Amino acid sequence: MSKIIDGLYYSESHEYVKVEGDFGFIGITDYAQHELGNVVYVDMPEVDDEVTAGEDFGAVESVKAASDLMSPVSGTVVEVNEALEDEPGLINKDAFENWIIKVELSDKSELDSLMDAAAYKDMIGE
Amino acid sequence: MTEEIKVTCLHDRHVAQGALMSPFAGYDMPIQYVDITTEHNAVRHKVGVFDVSHMGEVEITGPDAAKFTNYIFTNDINTIKAGQILYGMMLYPDGGTVDDLLVYRVDDNDFFLVINAANIDKDVAWIMEQAKDFDVKVDHQSALYGQIAVQGPDAEKTMGEVLKIDTTDLTFYTFKKLEYDGKTIIVSRTGYTGEDGFEVYADPAIICKMWDMLMDAGVQPCGLGCRDTLRFEAGLPLYGDELTPEISPIAATFGMFVKLDKEGGFIGRDACAQQKAEGTPKKLVGLELEGKAIPRHGYEVLDGENVVGYITTGYHSISLDKSVAFALVDRAVGALGNTLSVRIRKKVFPATVVKKRFYTPNYKK
Repeated sequence: MSKIIDGLYYSESHEYVKVEGDFGFIGITDYAQHELGNVVYVDMPEVDDEVTAGEDFGAVESVKAASDLMSPVSGTVVEVNEALEDEPGLINKDAFENWIIKVELSDKSELDSLMDAAAYKDMIGE
Repeated sequence: MTEEIKVTCLHDRHVAQGALMSPFAGYDMPIQYVDITTEHNAVRHKVGVFDVSHMGEVEITGPDAAKFTNYIFTNDINTIKAGQILYGMMLYPDGGTVDDLLVYRVDDNDFFLVINAANIDKDVAWIMEQAKDFDVKVDHQSALYGQIAVQGPDAEKTMGEVLKIDTTDLTFYTFKKLEYDGKTIIVSRTGYTGEDGFEVYADPAIICKMWDMLMDAGVQPCGLGCRDTLRFEAGLPLYGDELTPEISPIAATFGMFVKLDKEGGFIGRDACAQQKAEGTPKKLVGLELEGKAIPRHGYEVLDGENVVGYITTGYHSISLDKSVAFALVDRAVGALGNTLSVRIRKKVFPATVVKKRFYTPNYKK
């Protein structure tokens, strides 16, 4: 049973957004990390890069495969989680604690098209 | 029309053990039981067991068996005696690869061929077609055999203590037939991991029994996931990636298994001789990347702005902790030490041409 946290926004491609004021912390869900297996590399954008809702902004990789990261929202990257550069496996330890990028949201109305915890739980069938 | 997925004799056990299953070469196969890294390291440092029952077996017998086998095979079976094994390829006349395989010399008129699962139908048809003018019997025996591979530095000990099979008399690339539970089985000192190890071919019921004994003894079951990372580090090709109908063993730089001057020639010989003399337009090289980004199959290799090839297999190597790859590139840029780059999604990473064998195998010669 995967962990799902109330109050976050979820995408169909298994990213979450945790909103704090004008900022969103984006990562992959616990369900996604479990499906992917041991994360060995996280391909992250750089600070000041723009991300666009529905477009990829990097990838998480297991030994076997690369999985694109799709941004659930649009905005400007203000921080990347540098701890993941040395220890990508942190995502497996706690996917919600170990967000990947922090974005200054350019259009908060985009959040309305994302799922809440209950809807995401339904989608993954748990 | 969809082809029904096949299963090996150990399939129920993989499912019961909770393995991650996935289709491979028409078979529903275990990819991993725990995770690729754990299984990879078990083989490098201790011992692991693989279900490789999907591999195909063909026996060639008859008065022309030696002559015929040598005619469809790039290596030279006249260089081995009964009880020895050779690795090599079957080729099309243009030098493209039909398959890579092992040939076991059972006796002078009896050769046992082990072929890739994905190629079984194609290979059997090919061999039958070539056999028309020879006095041989081609017997497709894949259904008769299950197969396990016991691999790792503790493999010999495991074979003896757990399976009660003495293998101390076998050196690398030799085999013996022996009686086991009233049936004849084949045990060879071979593998696809770069470690010492054995492969056992036997009746499916015996293979299942051996698997259970190995599990009871705590031997790590290993999936195809680490089979690929292990063979890759040891510089071994995978048919479909490094050898294909378009990639000859000469282009893949496995020319050491192509005996151009052997007696009687072989299918694809002239094409290989020409390729060797003139140089193939592309060649397979090793690449070592800076940083942790992972080059995957199909990614572009660049020389400056120009695309000069593509990745055939790549990983962040578990045993070396660096990103390395095989790549098929333009011959002109394939010299050792040359600096190229690999496009990984939106970024480009510098890569140096290195030797393809990233990990030095530990075989018992």
